[in-house]
Amino acid sequence: MDQFIEQIVTGLSIGSILLLVALGLSIIYGSMGIINLAHGEFVMLGAYAAWVFHTYFGWSLLTSLVPIFLVVAAFGWVIERYVLSLLNNRPLDTILATWGVGIMLQQAVRLMVGSELRYVQLPPALSDSMNVFGIPISSYRVFLFVVSIALFAATWLLMNRTTVGMKLRAIIQDRSVAASFGINAKRVYALTFAYGAGLAGLAGALVSPLKSVSPDMGTGYVVDAFMVVVLGGVQSLAGTVASAFILGELSGGIAFLQNDTVAKAIVLLAIVVLIRFRPEGLFTARVRA
Amino acid sequence: MSISRRTLLRNTAALGAFAGAGLPHIWIKNADLAYAAGGEIKVGVLFSLTGTTAIIEESLNKATLLAIEEINAAGGIKGSKIVPIVEDPASDPATFSEKARKLVVGDKCVSVFGSYTSASRKAVLPVFERQNNLYWYPTLYEGRECSKNVIYTGAVPNQQQDEFVPWLVKKFGKKFYLIGSNYIYPKEENNYCKKLLEKLGGEVVAEEYVPLGHSEFSSVINKIRSTQPNVIFSTVVGDSVVALHRQYRAAGLDPEKMPMASLTTSENEVAAMGGEAAAGHFTSAPYFMVHKSPENEKFVAAYKKRWGADKVTHFVSEACYFQTYLFKQAVEKLATSDLTPPNIRDAVKGEGMIAPQGKVQIEPENLHTWLWPKIAQAKSNGQFEILVESKEWLKPVPYAAYPGQSCTEKGLVEKS
Repeated sequence: MDQFIEQIVTGLSIGSILLLVALGLSIIYGSMGIINLAHGEFVMLGAYAAWVFHTYFGWSLLTSLVPIFLVVAAFGWVIERYVLSLLNNRPLDTILATWGVGIMLQQAVRLMVGSELRYVQLPPALSDSMNVFGIPISSYRVFLFVVSIALFAATWLLMNRTTVGMKLRAIIQDRSVAASFGINAKRVYALTFAYGAGLAGLAGALVSPLKSVSPDMGTGYVVDAFMVVVLGGVQSLAGTVASAFILGELSGGIAFLQNDTVAKAIVLLAIVVLIRFRPEGLFTARVRA
Repeated sequence: MSISRRTLLRNTAALGAFAGAGLPHIWIKNADLAYAAGGEIKVGVLFSLTGTTAIIEESLNKATLLAIEEINAAGGIKGSKIVPIVEDPASDPATFSEKARKLVVGDKCVSVFGSYTSASRKAVLPVFERQNNLYWYPTLYEGRECSKNVIYTGAVPNQQQDEFVPWLVKKFGKKFYLIGSNYIYPKEENNYCKKLLEKLGGEVVAEEYVPLGHSEFSSVINKIRSTQPNVIFSTVVGDSVVALHRQYRAAGLDPEKMPMASLTTSENEVAAMGGEAAAGHFTSAPYFMVHKSPENEKFVAAYKKRWGADKVTHFVSEACYFQTYLFKQAVEKLATSDLTPPNIRDAVKGEGMIAPQGKVQIEPENLHTWLWPKIAQAKSNGQFEILVESKEWLKPVPYAAYPGQSCTEKGLVEKS
């Protein structure tokens, strides 16, 4: 029984990291239809921002979260404004564009900071383990769980309870009608992309104490994040949450019974099979065609 | 689509002309290459400066260049300067093979120093065997290879484990949890570890491999917690090492009760994860930066002066450094007109020197190196403390896990 609970908790912790990374991707993909292949690089930028704030300013990770969000969001804003908005009605071209942007960001970091691995200190208050249902688990992982849920809640509120969110939903439903009501689609898109990028940056900063920080760290995350979004169903925030935790539990569980290599293969296979029978994903928001 | 006879002929002719002009090495095999022309000896330096393994290979490139610069500053080899031709194979085996061919055939390098992973070594091997050139490989690796075209200066399993595993069993206990990255090196090392444990009456509670580049160890840590081994024997490589250590630490596991024992965690990896995360765990290797010897003090000082005070040396970069000096000694024994890769190989057999780790020597039988195994514990300042130093150097036995096989002059032989 203990082991069962332990495994559930582990799955939650893997899921919360998946959710952190996938949330931004899901918003960008769901609302703008942009397949953002540079998402992994935003994650990487966030991790490097955390490293810079930590090493050069001596800020703890917790105090630098807001600046990190702003820095990476600013990057996202610039990229949307000067690259993606030029490709407005060509969603397929944005794949190529974001892919190129990703490579450029990676190489830029490599040139400026070097390719050595970096690390960010665990916040001292969270560096121990604590008991969750009698099971020792890293406090930092509990913290990640709480933060990922909080970020999800914030995002949901932003989308459903603010004017910007309402405008965005209007644009998604029908861009030209929305525009004729005086909604500035360009501005809303830039803000959405910036917000998604900022979330990715936060994800990178938050995982950096558990993992290593390197120029190509984003590549693995973008694959995982796409799995979450595809499984969860596009344009469905709730689906993103559910699928992040389903995937977390699934891969954690298989990794416990077998190993991580098998877990990776089975999870991928399961998604392929599922998409064959439910191409729209597990959870789909109703959209007017 | 139809192809007329004329087009076919024309295309074939064009292809032939292209092959003849662009790929001369198809026709000229082992022609007399002037290897020491104009007071210059060209050598290739083939370490990834980009891609996933650049993190470590960059330091190997630096150690090799440092040795070459030192040799040149001291007057070169009998008046000839060593000219390094640096290529970046970008952590990709196919590019490794391409660049190796360029260095050997195009640039006419008399030897090439390079690579970190076994995959890249296997990728360049055919080039060196076909061209009868010489490859200097500095990395610890899984053994099980015999080539007259490679000089191996890193440790093989018997040199890292023969003292380490019995020491761990004696100090911590017999239950081992084997964890590695999923490719050939960890599997062969674990294979050897299991043989040693069998002899010592030890027990393997789990043997597990994670994908290369894996960074989520929570399930592994759960399993470790539920199996309660005495030792976690790790052959995880690359940035996974960092994730494993940091998550082990964050999960509140205690290195004093359940240490990780690694064959791959060097000063380089420790620098990447922070001393705090590494503190308390053990590594077995022939060289550590803190090793006390005049040769090592000179090496460390020179390295820091050339590449930056925050840089560390480790057991692969040390091998890069001393193998370049072994190359120099071998070339010195030859007349300029005799300077060819096969002659260098023959000259380097049995050649030795005082390296930073102690006296090393190339074993003539299998072209691997006699080394000085050491066991050390990581400290929170990012350095190691050497706990056990081997009383004598250890012979390299690349087929130690395979008692029926051994390496000879002509390659692998099966003992009957």
